[in-house]
Amino acid sequence: MTKQDTIRWVAKPTVFMLCLIPLAWIAWRIINGDVGTGLNANPVEQVNRYLGDWALRFVLIALSVTPLVKITNWTTPVRFRRMLGLFAFAYATLHLANYVIADQFFNWTDIWADIVKRVFITLGMATYLVLLALAVTSPKGMVKKMGAKRWRLLHRGAYLAGVGGVIHYWMMVKADLSGPIIHAAILGLLLGYRVIKRQNKSTAPARNSGKMQMV
Amino acid sequence: MLIKNKILSDIKSSEITPKSVFMNRRHFIKSAAIASAGSALMPGLLSSSALAATDPKRGKPLVGIIKSPLSTSEEPTPYNHVTTYNNFYEFGTGKDDPAVMAGDFKPRPWKVQVGGEVGKPGVYDFDDLIRPHKLEERIYRFRCVEAWSMIVPWVGIPLAEIIKRFEPTSKAKYVAFETLNDPERMPGQVRRVLSWPYVEGLRMDEAMNPLTLMAVGLYGEELLGQNGAPIRLVVPWKYGFKSIKSIVGIRLVDTMPPTTWNRSAPHEYGFYANVNPEVSHPRWSQAKERRLGGGYFSPKVETLKFNGYGEEVASLYDGMDLSKSF
Repeated sequence: MTKQDTIRWVAKPTVFMLCLIPLAWIAWRIINGDVGTGLNANPVEQVNRYLGDWALRFVLIALSVTPLVKITNWTTPVRFRRMLGLFAFAYATLHLANYVIADQFFNWTDIWADIVKRVFITLGMATYLVLLALAVTSPKGMVKKMGAKRWRLLHRGAYLAGVGGVIHYWMMVKADLSGPIIHAAILGLLLGYRVIKRQNKSTAPARNSGKMQMV
Repeated sequence: MLIKNKILSDIKSSEITPKSVFMNRRHFIKSAAIASAGSALMPGLLSSSALAATDPKRGKPLVGIIKSPLSTSEEPTPYNHVTTYNNFYEFGTGKDDPAVMAGDFKPRPWKVQVGGEVGKPGVYDFDDLIRPHKLEERIYRFRCVEAWSMIVPWVGIPLAEIIKRFEPTSKAKYVAFETLNDPERMPGQVRRVLSWPYVEGLRMDEAMNPLTLMAVGLYGEELLGQNGAPIRLVVPWKYGFKSIKSIVGIRLVDTMPPTTWNRSAPHEYGFYANVNPEVSHPRWSQAKERRLGGGYFSPKVETLKFNGYGEEVASLYDGMDLSKSF
């Protein structure tokens, strides 16, 4: 097996299965009802928080690929970035579906009222639209179709998704901000790294000019 | 819609497991878990005492409880939900934290400091506070500001009866309550997510309303730590955060006392905090609520003004703008 084959047939399916573990875990708990490791008394809220947490985590994981590659000079993780981003989108979709179906039961009047009245929901929806745009334009062919420059610009939206997700989480919490603070700190590191790199780059001679540009 | 609701609520009431059955099931599961863990670790050495023990996480049974005509006929929320899904930040901010963190909480000895505009101030021992009264069971709707609700079979004493014993003076206009502040016993207080101690208050007429209860138990048993042992307030027409837990201080005062959530976020939580579907909260529409115990697919139900206790309490707020005094 060549290295390419290993990535394609072993590493990618493995990472894919790993990314499904959080989903399998919550599905198992829903199926098992309220016994043992099952859900608590308010399963709709519990599932909603859980899926939202994982959507945000996958955004952060996807955003950590570039710093990881630049720091270690190990380029393989770049091959997984799209998959990780799509998992962020998938968990965000389930998070939204849980809200629309289980929580509001397709009551569009109430959903619209929530979007208009509650800033954290407005922001959550906007963040979801960003992830949707990134997901739709994620196939390789789209880079050519859109032009690499425009595609890259659009996919800087991943930063927005991170910021939107963290603020959405922050505003949702009543009093204990430890969760949002941790996620904000990680996001701060990931985005801060990019800002510093960019500043260095604009002052230093272009060393990377031939290499693939990374978002 | 009506038909759908009917069917779903039918399923809900018939699905509620009788307490004896689920307690057996819980016990069975627990025993099975202990047995399997035990046999995995040390096959053949399974101790029989682990299987024989009764559930230590139950309150002591209370005796001489009388039924109250003020109870709702709605089916109570299962015991395991009432005791494992709690907002009690003194024991952690997660819903399942209090049940775990309050496991070792010792609610005895317990003293309640009574002061302010009363003829009989002093430090009352919990037993002295309770003993002169008859315990009543009050099955009340309990509505959290987070848009979920339970039906809880509380056991307690009308607050009015207790307050009368303190002989309030004519200057007493409000009652201020205080929760225990002891990070060693309430580990959640190590972090200042709220300003400790938790404080709450009622207007005198609210406190003296026959619905207002000082609860010492639920499901016929003493309160567990996570539910506010050994003594807590229950004000069924107000959002749950008004029903302050583990009370160590009661003061009768002439001005509106501060309340913890109002201090934390004044634009979100008012002093009155009456359940009101017409007054939306910045985080939650209050028009509907999720009745706990129905499982993942149970729909929300309409929230009633004053949580359905309007007949008893609406007159307390005559002439007040409840969207301003929220």
